[in-house]
This record gives sequence, C-alpha cells and structure tokens, in this order.
Amino acid sequence: MPSDFLVFENVTKRFGSLTAVDAVSLNIKKGEFFSLLGPSGCGKTTLLRMLGGFEAPDSGRIYLDGVDITDLPPNLRRVHTIFQNYALFPNMTVWDNIAFSLRVARYPKTEIRKNVDVMLELIKMADHAYKYPSQISGGQKQRVAIARALVDRPQVLLLDEPLAALDLKLRQHMLLELDIIHDQVGITFVYVTHDQGEAMSLSDRIAVMNRGHIEQLDPPAKIYEAPLSGFVAAFIGDTNFLEGTVTEIDGDYCKLAVAGFPNILCFNDKNISVGSPVHLSVRPEKIRVTPTPPPADKDPRINVFRCKVTDIVYQGTYTKYWVQTDSHRISAIKPHSRFLLDQDAITWGDEVYCWWHPDDGYMLEHFTAADADLVQMPPAGYSLPKTPAAQPSPAAS
Amino acid sequence: MSAPSIFWLTLFFVVPTMLVVAISFHAAAPDGGIGKEWTLHTWRSISNPNYPAIIWRTLWISAATTVGCVILALPCAFAIARMDKKWRAFMAGLIMLPFWTSFVVRVFAWRLLLHPEGFVKHLLLAMRLTQPDTQLLYNSGAILLVSIYSFLPFAIMPIYAAAEKFDFSLLEAARDLGARSFLAFRKVFLPGIRRGVISAILMVFIPSVGSYVIPDLVGGKNSELIGNKIYQRTFPDRNLPHASALSALMAFAVLIPLALVAAALKRQDRKEALRLADGNPVKQRGGAA
Repeated sequence: MPSDFLVFENVTKRFGSLTAVDAVSLNIKKGEFFSLLGPSGCGKTTLLRMLGGFEAPDSGRIYLDGVDITDLPPNLRRVHTIFQNYALFPNMTVWDNIAFSLRVARYPKTEIRKNVDVMLELIKMADHAYKYPSQISGGQKQRVAIARALVDRPQVLLLDEPLAALDLKLRQHMLLELDIIHDQVGITFVYVTHDQGEAMSLSDRIAVMNRGHIEQLDPPAKIYEAPLSGFVAAFIGDTNFLEGTVTEIDGDYCKLAVAGFPNILCFNDKNISVGSPVHLSVRPEKIRVTPTPPPADKDPRINVFRCKVTDIVYQGTYTKYWVQTDSHRISAIKPHSRFLLDQDAITWGDEVYCWWHPDDGYMLEHFTAADADLVQMPPAGYSLPKTPAAQPSPAAS
Repeated sequence: MSAPSIFWLTLFFVVPTMLVVAISFHAAAPDGGIGKEWTLHTWRSISNPNYPAIIWRTLWISAATTVGCVILALPCAFAIARMDKKWRAFMAGLIMLPFWTSFVVRVFAWRLLLHPEGFVKHLLLAMRLTQPDTQLLYNSGAILLVSIYSFLPFAIMPIYAAAEKFDFSLLEAARDLGARSFLAFRKVFLPGIRRGVISAILMVFIPSVGSYVIPDLVGGKNSELIGNKIYQRTFPDRNLPHASALSALMAFAVLIPLALVAAALKRQDRKEALRLADGNPVKQRGGAA
C-alpha cells in the first residue's frame, strides 16, 4: 500500500487513438500545494478529472489517504473541484451555493449555517450572501466557488485553471488570496495550469507535463534553474539552446565545442565523458549584452563572444535583445535599473559582446528537436518587397 | 405589446372567440344555421350531468398525457443534448420524422396494433401479460397511450431546446459536491431547463384537450372526450350554438390551468427581476433543501 497521501500508480487514459495520460506515477503529500503545469493537450486536465472521478483510467490505480478511489463515483470522493468557469448554480444564491454540499450530506441546519457563515467570512462575501451568481463579479464568483468547494473540508481541492477567466490585475490578486486560503485551511491543493507564473508563485512542487507524461517533478526554483529536459527549459520561462560535444573535462567544469563559438565552459553535474554530445540551456537573463568586453576583474572563466544585435523588444521593466553570431541567434535580457544611467544604449546593428558565467549554463539530460521550437524567436528577418517610389500625386502639389 | 401584435391577436383570437361565445346565446335554426333571437336555451341544456363527466375525463386524460409526455421527454431530451453535435441534428430529425405521415393514418395504425388480432395483443398474450378476452382498444387507456405517442415530439422539442443550452458542467459540479446523479438532475438540471418544461406542458396539454381524432378512432362509447361532442354537435347534429357553448366551456377549462401556470411564471419573473436589480438582494433563504 503506498504511503503518500495522494498516489497515482501507473495511470493511463486513452481517448480513441490518443493517449492523454501515459503511465503516470505521482505522489502528492498531505497539505501540499501541488501544480500540474503544461501546454494544452498535455494531459494535465485529464489527470485532474480522473482524480475528481469524471474520467476512469484505462489502467493504473489512484489512492487517497491509503484508500483506492479509482472506481469511486465523484459524489463518494472527498475531493472537490473548482471548475474553470466556476460552475456556480445560477438558480441559487451565493449562500445556497456554498451550502450545497452540506445540504446534500444532510448536515443539521445549525451546523450548515455556522459553516457557511465561516466560509463567507473567509472569502469576505458576507454582504453578498443573498445575491445570485449573475449579480456578482468574476473575482467574487471565483471566491464563491472556492468557498463552496471548501465548506465541507474535502481531503483534496482540485483547481482547474481557476484564474484563466480573470483579467491580469485580478489574477495577481487572486493568486495572493489563494495562497492565503491554502495556508489557512491546510487542505491539499492540486492546481492545473498552463501559466508558469501562477504555478511558480504558488506551488510547493510542480509536475511539468508534456504529451501525457511528467517531464520533471520538483520545487519551482529547481524546475527553473535545473531543468532536466529541453522541454522544461523552454516551456518554463525562456532559454537558449547550444548543442555541442565535450572536448575536455576539468574537475567541476567541462569544455564544449559548439559550432560557431569559441570553446564554451560549462558547469558539469552530469555523468559525461569526452566526446559526449550535450545540450546546454542558457537563460536570457543570465547573459549580459554590453558594447564593451567584460571588465578585466571578472572571473576569467566567463564565456565571451562577439555578435550583432538584430532585434530589440522593449518590455517596460526590461529590454530583450536578439543577437546573431555566425551560427546562432541568442536572446538576452537587460533590466532597466536606472533612468538614463544605464550603460551606453545598444541599438539595432551594433556589434556587442555577450557573456555569461559557466555556472549559469545548464546541461540537459533530454533534448528533442521539437523542444527548440518552443524557444521564443522573432521571425528570421523579413525581406520587404521593393516597392517602386511613390508617384507624386498631382493633388499634393 | 405593440400595435401590430394587438391587432393580430384581436383579429384572429379575440374576435373569433367572442363570436363563438355569442353564437352560444342564439337558438339553433332547423336548417343547421343560427337563429336570430337571443336565448339561454343552449346553456340550460348543457347543465346535463353527462357533460361534467366528459369534461372531467377530458381534463384528466389531457393531464395524464402531459405528465406522461414530459416524463418520457426529459431523459430523451437529456440524452440528445449530451450527444455529439452531428448526432444531435440527426436525432432531432428522427423525432420529427413521424410528421411526414398523416396524423390520422398514424392514429389508425394504432387501431391495427391494438386490435384483438393485432401485433401488440399477440405479443402481450405470448408474454402472459394479458388475458385473451381483454380489450386493448376502445377505452380511456387506449386514448392515453395514443395521445402520449402523438404528442411526445411536442414535449421533446422544447425541452431539448432548453437542455441544449444548459451548462452540463453544473451537473459535474453537483456530483463533485456529493450529490447522487438523480439529485443533481433534480436540483440543478430541472431548474435549469424550467422554461423548456413549461413550454412542453403547454404544447401538450392544450392540443390534447381539444383532440377528437384520437378518441374517435381508438376510444369507445364510454370514453368520449369534449372534442368528440363538439364534433358531433357541429357536423352530424348541425347544432352550432350547442357546439359553441361546449367550445366556450372547454376554453374556460383550459384557461384556468393556463392562468395558474402564467401566475407562477410571473412570480418567478418578479424574483428574477429582483435578482438582476443590483444592490437589492432577495432576502430569503431556501431553494435547495
């Protein structure tokens, strides 16, 4: 019998010829805020629906607190779901919506009143108790859905892209609120999202999913800093991939031969030998772009190369540069620290220096060609059709 | 209501109804026409104790038909609404298919089926569900059966139209929160398609009160409905005032349940209006129990 609180054991689900979830095994701890993160169609929602009881796995078992719940119908699982569209009952008031599960379970009236009022207090909706769902805002609906799912204290709360329908500001606010609610109720949350920002800021651990299986299961910082696969590196945040072979291993570092680059030095935490092909992921914010070479007092191991700026995207808090070397297009990020006091402005076509510390490159264990397509890249240069010079119109003169 | 719709209703509904009521206060002319003088003679003859029995039978058969149709239509409409989009149109087409055949022919077909030598009788006998001398035709049961068959599409269609717009994730939410399937159906699905059910009730109840082909073909001497009586007074007897009086009586018999439904709807609408009025929450607890 598995000892963890919530256990998926070799769970597979197929829809026709499509394998939505492919032999996934997963352990979730009690009280954890656990996220399933992945692009649409990766199987995260199917996994959640199997946990809710809305889909039955084709094979494998699901255990909750040591009990096999694989074949239990949804109403017999102490697992509640926050649906993406909230699914509040339109014919019932906020109060009645929250009381639904307690009434179904035939709680005594005084008990129902007490519990519902506590939840209304928690979500700060006591003033809106007798409104109908059509009368309240999106954020309020979201909070009512949370209260309705938590009122009878389920063992697990499932959240299916709960913030997807809200605008950015409200989403940021609800993120904080979800975090507070999770801390207060201490119930295990399983959170499904395709938004890495949401998953990063809330989760204790994240399972990154791709094509029905889990690519990596780790705390947020580890997922970001030490991605196991090219997919994780490119899907979470943004990155640059460099493909090369090991030419020299020297203690904790190794030298790579990458087409078009001088020898690249890289921290080595993998089991490799001279001649192994490796893929390196370097995050854009780890790369400095400067008009001048790195100062002499910097670590001599720094990887430096010359390149030409081809694209600049201004993003408010930072600017993103794409630079071209003989063989690669590399993206780098420079935050705007001080108004007008930043280094000399860099502009299109400038010859610049790019450099990063060997510790900031990360060697990947798995890489497929498709992963490279996930990297953000501006189109590789437009060639505008040459239009004949405009004829001066007689009216203009 | 706008002027054109008032004009339309007046011309095609109010005036004809008034004419029917007016005719019932004239005497019948021996040639089948309507006499000039005003009289209460027809209305006095209608207080014949036969009529209340017939009206009562008409109302209960209509009510039973309505209940039967709605009960059968609910799961049917539910199932169609949950199908793939391409199947939905096909199934809706199948439900409308009987209308390609004449109504009278379809009712007549039931006479053959329910005939003492018919298929249904033989089947029931083989399954030992009936006695050889049981009469399946010419009674109220036959009228009810054929009425439900005939009016079922009129119940399925409005309920299906409402169910198609229903958000089925609400049913999942109810199941998720601990409700058994049937409870979720009752507490969430039924309120959600309320308007479709009300339309279905009206679409079945009103025509079945006026039906006379079905009781004429599959009903017996003791299962006449008000529609048959009106037919008899109009055509074989040529007594138009009497037919008019019966029609007026039937109209009232329909109007009373209709008025009750309308009142219920109005109450619901007021509640909904309050619900939509901002900052004026409905101060009552209840709803789900």
